[in-house]
Amino acid sequence: MASEQMDIDNRAPLLFMRHIEKVFNGDVVALKDMNLQVNDGDFISLLGPSGCGKSTALRLIAGLLHPTTGSIEWNGGQSIDDLSIVFQEPTLMPWATVAKNVWLPFRLRGQSYGSVKTKILEALALVGLDDFADAYPRELSGGMKMRVSIARAMVTSPRLILMDEPFAALDEITRLKLDNDLLELKDKIGCTVVFVTHSVFESVFLSDRIVVMAARPGRVIRELQVKTPYPRGNEFSTSSEYTTYTRTASEALREAMELAA
Amino acid sequence: MNVTDSMISAPIIDTEEVNRARRRRINRIAKWTLPTLVFIFSILAWHLYIIINEVPHYILPGPLAVAQSTVTDWAVLWPATLVTGRLTVLALLMAVFGGVLLAVAFTQSKWAEMSFFPYAVILQVTPVIAIAPLLQIYIDSAFLAALLCAWIVAFFPILSNTTIGLKSADHNLQDLFSIYGANRWQRLRYLAAPSALPFFLGGLKIAGGLALIGAVVAEFVIGRAGSSLGLASTLLEASYRFNFGRLYAALILISVMGVLIFTLMSLLSHFTLRNWHESAVKREN
Repeated sequence: MASEQMDIDNRAPLLFMRHIEKVFNGDVVALKDMNLQVNDGDFISLLGPSGCGKSTALRLIAGLLHPTTGSIEWNGGQSIDDLSIVFQEPTLMPWATVAKNVWLPFRLRGQSYGSVKTKILEALALVGLDDFADAYPRELSGGMKMRVSIARAMVTSPRLILMDEPFAALDEITRLKLDNDLLELKDKIGCTVVFVTHSVFESVFLSDRIVVMAARPGRVIRELQVKTPYPRGNEFSTSSEYTTYTRTASEALREAMELAA
Repeated sequence: MNVTDSMISAPIIDTEEVNRARRRRINRIAKWTLPTLVFIFSILAWHLYIIINEVPHYILPGPLAVAQSTVTDWAVLWPATLVTGRLTVLALLMAVFGGVLLAVAFTQSKWAEMSFFPYAVILQVTPVIAIAPLLQIYIDSAFLAALLCAWIVAFFPILSNTTIGLKSADHNLQDLFSIYGANRWQRLRYLAAPSALPFFLGGLKIAGGLALIGAVVAEFVIGRAGSSLGLASTLLEASYRFNFGRLYAALILISVMGVLIFTLMSLLSHFTLRNWHESAVKREN
């Protein structure tokens, strides 16, 4: 069940990254010996300074890049429905309405609009945009566009959703709202998320596992667990527990910066 | 009843808003009336200039004489208009077909682009007026030769704009299509083609004008050999005979045709893009 929280150490594995190394142009080491096991139901944040390879790691998982050495292995093999992604920009097709944008993953698999219409409208209702199905992206605010992008990522119920700093370009208020909504959504549909961010506060608030990375060469230096159970709301972000976690994460991040310097 | 209620029931329109509404109204009327007035005054000035200076009709015919020629020579002018119109429209259609097809080939295959793009450029930069006499030698039908001429001029903006457009799809969207396992055709149909549409329509606007120019040039060069074609060769012939009324009538008809093509292309572009592209979207303020 989606709403049931499996203990963080007892989740079924979903994906393994084993000894991943990625070298660009033969001499730029973007990632060095990265190992990560993503479990079913995890909310993992990849936290680190720019150049630490967190986006590279995400692109490797997405299959947009291939590792120089090492392997990425899906538990039980990977099928086309397993994965979706949310970029930093909403990445919507400006010529298509909101509903048609959300239809895209189905459309590329040859499924007609009529056959998946209810799913599309459900996904839009989940992100609170059911009234905007026929609007064009340019008519929406930045936060609403991002919601469409999230609806498109969720609509196929993928096993893993990758998010590459999705709220970094939004204003603080919208961002906080979307952080809250994202947790609610995850609780409703029970997906697994790998989330790239450079915000300590966002990573602590959202995730149950934080993977701290350092730059030059990009590598994982530490993994933290945030054991506070979901649902998390404003009580959590103002609690002393939250402060403790952010302090630990900040220290790990500082360590990462010093290692790179 | 409190203050807030009364504020809601009576929306406040300040002087700034009133002025803005007034300006908008004036602009809307002026947009049509001003060019019309300029038109009427130019015709009037032309007419007065002819009367006052007693300009002979073989130097410059007055607007009345041109109007008269248009009516009396309609039997000559109308078929000529049809020929030039057909030439232009066919050249434009061929340019769209050829340009888009080649652009798709170029973006689907880097090898095709490397091999053929330089020759498309050469075809474009060689003045068509220099090619026209050659075409006339090798092609028996004057119409066909003229059509080829007009096509050569019109097709390049379509090719180059569409090629740029097909390549301009958002990179994140391209990644998204890869993640969802889109095939080549789906990429072209659902991503590259809509991204290219505004570029293509921009090219089409230019190509429409160029097709007419190409047709006119071709008629000048090819029509000269006695094979009378459309409006441009009618114009040329009229100039040889000092029939300036007919010359001006033909000139005006060519202009009208150009304006018509431009308007059609603009409308087409507007209605295709009005829902999503910034160039055609109406802003609220």
